[in-house]
Amino acid sequence: MAKKSPDEVHPVKAFGWAASDPSGHLSPFSFSRRATGEEDVRFKVLYCGICHSDLHCIKNEWGFSTYPLLPGHEIAGEVTEVGSKVTKVKPGDKVGVGCLVGACHSCENCTADLENHCPQVIQTYNSIDVDGTMTYGGYSDHMVARERYIVRFPENMPLDAGAPLLCAGITVYSPMKYYGLSEPGMHIAVVGLGGLGHVAVKFAKAFGARVTVVSTSPKKEEEALKRLGADSFLVSTNMDQLKKEQFTLDGIIDTVSAVHPLLPLLGLLKANGKLILVGAPEKPLELPAFSVIMGRKTVAGSNIGGMKETQEMIDFAAKHNITADIEIIKADYLNTAMERLAKGDVRYRFVIDIANSVADIYRETTQRK
Amino acid sequence: TQHTLIRQSSRSNVRLRPIPNHQLTHYVRSSTLYINPHSHSLQCPNRPHSERDSRKEISDSIYISVEFSSNPVREKQRKMVANQPEKEHPVPAFGLAARDPSGVLSPFNFSRRATGEKDVKFKVMYCGICHSDLHMVKNEWGTSTYPLVPGHEIVGEVTEVGSQVEKFKVGDRVGVGCMVGSCRSCDNCSNGVENYCPKMILTYAGTYHDGTITYGGYSNVMVCDEHFVVRVPDALPLDAAAPLLCAGITLYSPLRYYGLDKPGIHVGVVGLGGLGHVGVKFAKAMGAKVTVISTSPAKKQEAIERHGADSFLVSRDQEQMQAAMGTLDGIIDTVSAVHPIMPLIGLLKTHGKLVLVGAPEKPLELPVFPLLMGRKIVGGSCIGGMKETQEMLDFAAKHNITADIEVISADYVNTAMERLEKGDVKYRFVIDVAKTLQQG
Repeated sequence: MAKKSPDEVHPVKAFGWAASDPSGHLSPFSFSRRATGEEDVRFKVLYCGICHSDLHCIKNEWGFSTYPLLPGHEIAGEVTEVGSKVTKVKPGDKVGVGCLVGACHSCENCTADLENHCPQVIQTYNSIDVDGTMTYGGYSDHMVARERYIVRFPENMPLDAGAPLLCAGITVYSPMKYYGLSEPGMHIAVVGLGGLGHVAVKFAKAFGARVTVVSTSPKKEEEALKRLGADSFLVSTNMDQLKKEQFTLDGIIDTVSAVHPLLPLLGLLKANGKLILVGAPEKPLELPAFSVIMGRKTVAGSNIGGMKETQEMIDFAAKHNITADIEIIKADYLNTAMERLAKGDVRYRFVIDIANSVADIYRETTQRK
Repeated sequence: TQHTLIRQSSRSNVRLRPIPNHQLTHYVRSSTLYINPHSHSLQCPNRPHSERDSRKEISDSIYISVEFSSNPVREKQRKMVANQPEKEHPVPAFGLAARDPSGVLSPFNFSRRATGEKDVKFKVMYCGICHSDLHMVKNEWGTSTYPLVPGHEIVGEVTEVGSQVEKFKVGDRVGVGCMVGSCRSCDNCSNGVENYCPKMILTYAGTYHDGTITYGGYSNVMVCDEHFVVRVPDALPLDAAAPLLCAGITLYSPLRYYGLDKPGIHVGVVGLGGLGHVGVKFAKAMGAKVTVISTSPAKKQEAIERHGADSFLVSRDQEQMQAAMGTLDGIIDTVSAVHPIMPLIGLLKTHGKLVLVGAPEKPLELPVFPLLMGRKIVGGSCIGGMKETQEMLDFAAKHNITADIEVISADYVNTAMERLEKGDVKYRFVIDVAKTLQQG
């Protein structure tokens, strides 16, 4: 049997932008999606955020990419069709899908609403779905996903600025809750002021924390203090500054995805303080044992969150008017956006205006006829 | 430009201030300035002081005055320790001290303070040899001052109590562990975790409130503030209880704090030495299923038959380690050498905890992905507070937990240290101080 081309695998034609090799160059890509099953929700994609993970994956930096690779896991849109057993949403509703589209639903983790820790978790892109086919993400005209993985957007949340919360938001919200760093009056630091970091500052302030931003760039101080509302700012390479602030923090959310020294960060923590890693450097970091032994400190990790918590996070964000700071682009700017993202040149998330990009293409093709 | 950076001596602070031209009586012109530590004068090697004819070139130079201010407490210590440890305090004492980083211990006469209002004085009966003592006598952590009298697993009988002491009386069986003081006012002290007080005072090689250096339990007598003394329950023999004062609390505290003390939990203990063997006993008594992880297959039988561990993993055996992945709720890692922790993180279930209590001096390699996938924790723990130390002894008495010891005489101590370095002890040396320690 001949191998089917991506646009023949499923019955419904779809269109998007995918990378075909580790150069990571994104170009128009025709493929297909499954018909709307009983438990499925089908929606037209309006916006999709560009996460740094998308960049890592299209370039195969983590070593497990399969091509063609169609990224995007901060997807927001409008429901067009629902399966017969769907009760959560109806056509016309504003919904989103984040990093997950499936799991086993029977293991300990799934039962505890922690689908993200299921050993058989299925990711929104670059994963094998239950029917054996490749999953394609949100840089595309429409999505189909099981009801369990659909997040409802509250009325007052704008879809474009809310989309990045589906990955960046849950990535920082979940550990703040799990590690007990969301109590009012706590002193929390956020390391790295990028897509994850800026959202972390907003959530931490909404939890009532005193927030310190730690960054390598002194230039970000004004933004951090005036625009994002952080209470103070430390330059991580300034050892004198860091030494003065020793033993002051209850917790640190470290969003940096490059290798960096942990010793000065651990020094900032009070006794029993926690350093939470959410950025993912591919090489190991150095852990000085004395720094965790003296003071009974912990270094911990966190990886997105389950579906229940993701919905909780979106509702919390809507209530406190938290959205991401975004730069909207059209699909023709995608490759340039990826280059800028690699240099950290964005405040603070690119979001693709999918609906208008698709409309542009439609206009082009009809005009060509 | 008014200041010049000078290469600083690590023992003193150098303050610089500019001197206006008209106040100059001396001058120096050099691109490199050296400080004579005895006369505190500046010397420039190529130009003698008397060349005053170069004065007209001075206007382009930098003028500085150097004032030395050294830490008065350390200064006092240096003088006292260097000259008169026997006269520092009113009560004569003797013990074993290391004189230099060779770590060799020899008889040492010194003195203890008079028993203050809140102090407890006791005759030392036994003192355990902790691996930290070995690290310290050899200055492996860079914090030692000599002469150094180690020992922080000290037990004995009370001979005198101060007028305000309420908890103890003469004749009581007591012990002192790793701390003899703290600030008593910070959050940590108020919450019963004096061990995390930034001003915590170690039992030896620390600096006490009166500025003197603390000397540990390889000695005939101890004087200690009541708050830092614990009662050794009658059910525990003094000699086998001594090691609990450091090894015991070092394992007990994290088992409780990290929630690894619930019945049915599966705990791993890495390293089967002084800390490890006590850890197995405590974890079993708390109802855990215990797996010992070690580099030596030879320890398997002891681990299971003598200490009661449920299973044993050889950490260098990849197949065994692979098969055990994702099975442990927590691991207490007692190993004080640098070692790979990635395989240990792999042994943990989701939400598992790896707790470091052994202290390698070089950093460990921390792979981040395994922590993120599985929301796992690597934490540390350092002894325990005084309240918890007493609780640990009472728990040990109730469950018949003591260390497995080899009692030695004081003159065997250097051989014991050599054997300890090679891990040749089952599982703690304890010095029979009362019967064998003699005045030098």
